[in-house]
Amino acid sequence: MSYDNELYQQVILDHNRKPRNFHEMENSTNSCHGINPLCGDDITIYLKLDEAEGVIQDISFTGSGCAISKASTSLMTQYLKGKKVDESRLIFEEFHKMVLGDFDPEKQEHHLGKLTLFMGIREYPSRTKCASLAWHTMVGALDKKLEGVSTE
Amino acid sequence: MSDTTAISIDNPILDVDKIRADFPLLSKEMGGKPLIYLDNGATTHKPTQVIERVRKFDSDEYGTVRRGSYRLCEHSTQLYEEARQKVADFLGAPTRQEIVFTSGTTQSINLVAHSFGRKFVNSGDEVIISNIEHHANTVPWQVLCDEKGATLKVIPVADNGELVMEEYDKLLTNKTRIVAVNHVSNALGTINPVNEITRKAHAVGAKVLIDGAQSTPHMKVDVQDINCDFYTFSGHKMYAPSGIGGMFGKMEVMETMPPYVTGGDMIMQVTLEKTTYAKPPARFEAGTPPISQVIGLGAAIDYLNAIGMDKIFEYEKSLLDYGTRLLNDIDGLRIIGNAEEKAAILSIYLEAAHPHDIITMLDQDGIALRGGHHCAQPTMIRFGVPATARASMAFYNKFSEIDALAEGLRKIIKFFS
Repeated sequence: MSYDNELYQQVILDHNRKPRNFHEMENSTNSCHGINPLCGDDITIYLKLDEAEGVIQDISFTGSGCAISKASTSLMTQYLKGKKVDESRLIFEEFHKMVLGDFDPEKQEHHLGKLTLFMGIREYPSRTKCASLAWHTMVGALDKKLEGVSTE
Repeated sequence: MSDTTAISIDNPILDVDKIRADFPLLSKEMGGKPLIYLDNGATTHKPTQVIERVRKFDSDEYGTVRRGSYRLCEHSTQLYEEARQKVADFLGAPTRQEIVFTSGTTQSINLVAHSFGRKFVNSGDEVIISNIEHHANTVPWQVLCDEKGATLKVIPVADNGELVMEEYDKLLTNKTRIVAVNHVSNALGTINPVNEITRKAHAVGAKVLIDGAQSTPHMKVDVQDINCDFYTFSGHKMYAPSGIGGMFGKMEVMETMPPYVTGGDMIMQVTLEKTTYAKPPARFEAGTPPISQVIGLGAAIDYLNAIGMDKIFEYEKSLLDYGTRLLNDIDGLRIIGNAEEKAAILSIYLEAAHPHDIITMLDQDGIALRGGHHCAQPTMIRFGVPATARASMAFYNKFSEIDALAEGLRKIIKFFS
């Protein structure tokens, strides 16, 4: 196979095939609907927050999209489960800047863990929104954006 | 040797290698691989004949049109009006005064929706479009109907991508003011029965707009045979520069219409109290037009005529038939839109991969396709898919490029499974 390995890595293919935390959530405290109107990616993020502790107790998603958006959402849910809300917002900032090419986790201190595997997407400007939709939607859920979020 | 190879090798209709030599961009490479350009439904490349004509005009002949009486301006105006005549002849229009230059199909449809629509569509009236329209032939009518309290009715589409004409018959009433449908669907390739659609609309007193963005580059069009009231087109989809297009409008209809954009050049006389408007087409061409682009459009029409639209249609049809057979052999691949009468568009859906992944991966092999909803979201919703990967072919495409597409798609399916 001759595809750019940085973009379509095995982990991404695996999460595309078998997305984790891929279900609706009963008793969610927060949720948000996110769309990318340019390509039709469409996801909903569900959160169960422990308000007192400021912790994401549980997180899940539903929806449809390309391999990049599906894998990005799946990996995000894995990574953020149990994390503090403040920390999650910081990780969003770092992730967003990384896919835009404005933050280099190879040179700067970061909190992205294995999410750095999405670094290659900065070479594909038309695909960055595929990777960041999940994150915008997660922040929309934290902020209780009832109208949903859009990448445009 | 199979029948399909026989078509590709022995096809006598067009000398594609010779044609390709006219298009500088087609010999470019993408990431070290030869470019295979299959996004002609979005925009087309320009032959040297068009590029050079525009260059020569800009460097040796350029002047404004219709405004001055010095020689440079008179010459420019003459070339500009000659281009209008070329468009008129190309579309089979009775007179060149029935050709209005606009920036393209989107502006042409907005012109009709704003000008004709504002005047003739009122509360309680009805406008008919179809379920396989581009957003450019959907949104202007939605906005008009919202503003006027009119009703927008939609001709449904069958599973094979053809309009359900029995349902169209039922939608037409004496309240129908205008029917707006495309000649060729940009998302599916369906060639619609525009003669029948027009005849039936006229029978209830409605006017008809045909969106010709996807037909004019690929088949012979005759607006008098169709008998439509408006026929719109885009230059950049027919090997001409971007930013220029236009429409045919029947003079008797356009004469009843108020201006859409106002300003210079569309007037008869202006005093501070009152303005009287010029006759069409000037009435609808306010401001200095894209003059060089119009000259380029004329050169593109010359180029197409030299090859012949009937030959172009026949050759592209053989590409379509070849591609359809090739892709239908691939497991897990579905072609959305299988109309009996179809232009050279293959809307592809893979079980294994999302259109955006398909596009990124094909791009790595140098193959350029459009992935998405093709500005036809209602069509995607109707067929239950979020998006498709669309291969839209032109007469400069080779059979071997379709082979490469099929091979690329097989590789993607294998990669994802």
